[in-house]
Amino acid sequence: MKWINLSALFLASIIAVPAQADSLADSAANPATNPEADRQALRNLYQQKFPNIGLADFKDGVYAIDAKMREQWLELEDFPPYEIAIDEGEELYNTPFANGKSYADCFGDDPGIKHNYPLFDQARGGVVTLEIAINECREENGEAALPWLVGELAQISAYMAYNSRGKNFDIKIDSPEAVAAYADGKQFYYTRRGQMNFECGSCHQQKVGQMLRAERTSPSLGHATQWPVYRGRWQYVGNIQKRFQECNIQVRAVPFEAQSEEYRNLEYFLTYMSNGMELNGPGSRR
Amino acid sequence: MLRATKFVSNMLLTVCIATGLLLAAGLATAQDAVADMSVEAELSKRVEAGRAVFENRRKGNCLSCHLVIGSELPGNAGPPLIGMQARWPDRKALKAQIYDPTIRNPDTIMPPYGLHRLLTAEELDVLVDYVLSL
Repeated sequence: MKWINLSALFLASIIAVPAQADSLADSAANPATNPEADRQALRNLYQQKFPNIGLADFKDGVYAIDAKMREQWLELEDFPPYEIAIDEGEELYNTPFANGKSYADCFGDDPGIKHNYPLFDQARGGVVTLEIAINECREENGEAALPWLVGELAQISAYMAYNSRGKNFDIKIDSPEAVAAYADGKQFYYTRRGQMNFECGSCHQQKVGQMLRAERTSPSLGHATQWPVYRGRWQYVGNIQKRFQECNIQVRAVPFEAQSEEYRNLEYFLTYMSNGMELNGPGSRR
Repeated sequence: MLRATKFVSNMLLTVCIATGLLLAAGLATAQDAVADMSVEAELSKRVEAGRAVFENRRKGNCLSCHLVIGSELPGNAGPPLIGMQARWPDRKALKAQIYDPTIRNPDTIMPPYGLHRLLTAEELDVLVDYVLSL
């Protein structure tokens, strides 16, 4: 019996070694950061914290873990408050620019490309969000850029998100520069800030699912799947970086500019944590 | 006769002194009682002020995370606050904990209410009185 235990231990140790070697190889670019190991670790954490909830279900955010709130949310989904934004976004998307070209000339026939964003653009050495890609398409065609967070740009991304429904996030981090941008976003996520001294992970990882008065803190796994979002508190559809700013203000920190390097890298990290998960935006939240 | 007079005057003196002492004692007791009452009133005033700090969303907003018996919609991210005098016999230690809880637990998410000046010194002080009343 003892011998079997010992041999099992020995087997385990030789099995563990190649696994470790693999993860080291993955992070060769930056030995301190291994995005895939981080993503797996987060998924394992959620499995442990919520053993009765399938990991894919976290695409529904807090409604995956609160039955009562889920019921109200599903009722709201019968007449979703983001529907007008999709329609308006569709019209904007299909209206040709003054030069006769359109968004399809930038993005191809299928507007459902949100599952590839944000991406790391090696040429410029930075993270490109879907909103940046939309505005660059406009500027290349002689149109003015739109305001980042709400309004027409959010409506266009709502339409593109709607067409991306059912697809899985396919975020790529495949250069040392991309890993560095991811690492920067990760550091932002786990850094305490503001007068309240919270990190993003304080509420959305460490205390995820707990009640703050009547609100339940939402899970970080799946946090990227449903954007843009019609938020009850806003009464309109807004992009994820609008929520970043709101979160920073809530912890009484000075928010960063929309599409700043800080927020782009944060969005890159956060979306990578949802990699492989199904997109179901635009969404509605309280 | 003289002896009798002396005896009476002695008696009177004794009675007078005794009465005086009694009166003085009575007065002192009344004064103590008044003092006790005002200390009690002062404390309950401070506890009440502390409760306001505790519940106010722009001040402590402590209900956001801590349950207090009888409170409406308390959060549960922090431990319930019950039997606080038994748990925190040292008032100074409790005050230090609210001032900066990361000293005892670097991973806590509780904000450092004193260190980050979320509360004034007076607000922190009455808050401690309220928490110790729980």
